[in-house]
Order: sequence, then C-alpha cells, then structure tokens
Amino acid sequence: MGFWAFNMDTLLVSLLLGLVFLFLFNRVAKSVSTDVPSGMQNFVEWVVEFIDSSVRGSFNGRSALVAPLALTIFAWIFLMNLMDLVPIDYVSLITQPLGIGHFKLVPTTDPNATIGMAIGVFLLVLYYSVKVKGLGGFVGELTLQPFGKFGLPVNLFLEGVNLIAKPVSLALRLFGNMYAGEMIFILIALMGASWVSFTFSSTLLFGSQIILSLGWAIFHILIVTLQAFIFMTLTIVYLDMAHQEHH
Amino acid sequence: MNINATLIGQTIMFALFVWFCMKFVWPPIMAALDARSKRIADGLAAAERGKNDLALASKRSAELLREAKEKVSEIIALGDKRASEIVEEAKVQAKIEGERIVTAAKAEVEQEVFRAKEHLRTQVTAVALAGAGKILGREIDAKAHNDLLDKLVAEI
Repeated sequence: MGFWAFNMDTLLVSLLLGLVFLFLFNRVAKSVSTDVPSGMQNFVEWVVEFIDSSVRGSFNGRSALVAPLALTIFAWIFLMNLMDLVPIDYVSLITQPLGIGHFKLVPTTDPNATIGMAIGVFLLVLYYSVKVKGLGGFVGELTLQPFGKFGLPVNLFLEGVNLIAKPVSLALRLFGNMYAGEMIFILIALMGASWVSFTFSSTLLFGSQIILSLGWAIFHILIVTLQAFIFMTLTIVYLDMAHQEHH
Repeated sequence: MNINATLIGQTIMFALFVWFCMKFVWPPIMAALDARSKRIADGLAAAERGKNDLALASKRSAELLREAKEKVSEIIALGDKRASEIVEEAKVQAKIEGERIVTAAKAEVEQEVFRAKEHLRTQVTAVALAGAGKILGREIDAKAHNDLLDKLVAEI
C-alpha cells in the first residue's frame, strides 16, 4: 500500500462520529430556547459553557473561530476515543461475517487521523500567525530571535523545531495514548482468549481478564476525556500564541 | 500503521466539521445562553428595583402617616381652643344676659314698689280722711282740704 491508500475504517468511523456530534448539537441549536432548559439542551449548554470558559481562560484575542473549533475538537476526539470502550472482540464479530478482515474501530489509534487533525490545527496556526503579524512579522519571529539577526541560522533552527513540534506533539500524544490504551485492552483480552478448559490457570486468566478489563476501562474513561481535553486546550494555546506579537 | 492519504481525508473532514460547527451550532447556542443570562440579569435588576420601590413607598407611607397624625393633633388642639373660646363667650354672654335680667327685674320691682306706694298713699289718704272725719265728728270738706291732704300724702 503506497501513500494514496485510504484507511476506510478510520475515515468511516470518524465521519460517522463527527456526524453524530454535529447532528445532536445542531438539533439542539435549532430548537434552543431561553426558557428553562431541559434534557439534551441542558447537556449541550453545559458542554458549550465548559468549552467557552476554557477558551476564555486560555485565548486572549477575539475570534469567532476558536471556540467552535475547540468544541468540535473536544467532542469529536471524545467520541472517537470513546470507541475504545467497545469490547474489541465484538467488533470483529460483526465485521468478520461481512468479509472485512481487519477493522479498526478507534480512529484515534490510527496516526493518520491524529496527524490529519494536527495538520488542520497547524494550518490554522500558520494562517493566524501571518494574518496577525503579517508575513514579515512571522518570518521575523522565526529568524530574528532569540539571538538577533547574526544568529539567524540558529534562530531558524530553534524556532522551526518549536513550530514543527506543535502539530507533532499534538498528533503523537493523542495517538500514543490511545494506541497504548488499545494495546493493553488487546493484551487483557488475550488472557481470556487463551482459554483451554476448566483448569486452574485458564480460570484464573479468565477471571483476571474480567477484573483487569473492568479496571482499565474505568481508568480509560478518564484518559478518553483527558486526551480530548488536552488536544483542545493545546489547540487553543497554540492559536493564542499565533495571535500574540511577542511570546 | 503507515502514513497514507487518510490524513488528507481526515484534515478535510476536520475542516468541514469545524466550519459546520462554527456556522450552525455555536452561534445559536451561544446567543441563547447570552440571551438567557441577560434575561436573568434583567430579572434580578427588576427585583432589585421593586425592592427599592417598596422601601421608598413604605418610607413615604410612614411619612404620610406621621404628617396625618400631626395634622390630626393640630386639628384637635384647634377644636379644643375653639371649644374653650365658645364656652368663654357663652359665659360672658350669660353674664351680660343675667345682668340685664337682673336690671330689668330690679326696675320692675322698683316700679311695683312705686305703684304699691302710690296705692298705699291713696289708701292712707282715704284712711286718714276717714280717721280724721271720725275724730272731728264731722264731715270734712274734701274739696277744701284736698291741698292739705295732698301735702300730707307727699310727705309720707
């Protein structure tokens, strides 16, 4: 498979989850009222207010894009991460009869997905850097500090690494966490998969699988939310840095 | 796990989702939240205003009550004064009236006394004449002695 291959499982699942998020929120947005909110509207307002306060806390400029961007990132990544909690063997129970060999249910365990989003954020960082500081200002920021114009190559190297590190850290942090988490789920699932018969070791392994996967799943609820939150917060911070003249 | 064109698709999808969220999700919800917080702020302000109004009104009513009380006591004092004045006046009037009645009675009494005296005088004259007639044993010429008798009457 060369570069022009598409991981359909990643694309389909992430598209579906993005649509679920947008459908739910858009339905609330259409019927939103200023009366006492109830049910779904309450939940959506709670999420929106949480995102809004996060953006207000970290982003100092004024932008109509950053808050909806943060909401999209948080909700979408949260939903994609949440697929981690679906028992992995059940997925293949459905996909195997359909003739699909390998189906990856968690898009964020595919580096293409996380890098794709990180590239989107990176393009926005570049766009706002140029828009706020001008092309000259942005290039100057990359080349004229911290050592002045005579240290230009060193400056460019340092600031270039600094700039590139942003999307790379975004993408790899999310991917690494989710991939490792999924890997541990697979390893735990293998304990029960090694069932032979009602021997002591098989029973012990099976019981361990139940307890361990329960514990890891509960712990993963935290990681799922935390990773979505970190990706969102870092995006806000990067865009805030792009809006500032000096940092 | 190889890097491939999936990331391009993911980036495009990401951009579309963000665009949709920015266009159709965020603004209406945010507007509703702002409108609601404004409504709550307005309600609180109205409540505060109502409270102030109430305090003002109760202050004003207390003032009115105090004024009314003052006025009432003023009126009562005025009435008392007027009543005592009337009593005083009545007393004076009564005194004058009494004096007048007394004077009139006195005058009447005097008149009565005078009349009685007059009557008595004539009676006395008649008695004196009769007495004198008896004493003298003869009839006194009333005509001849009238002057004398009149003098006698005037002396009594």
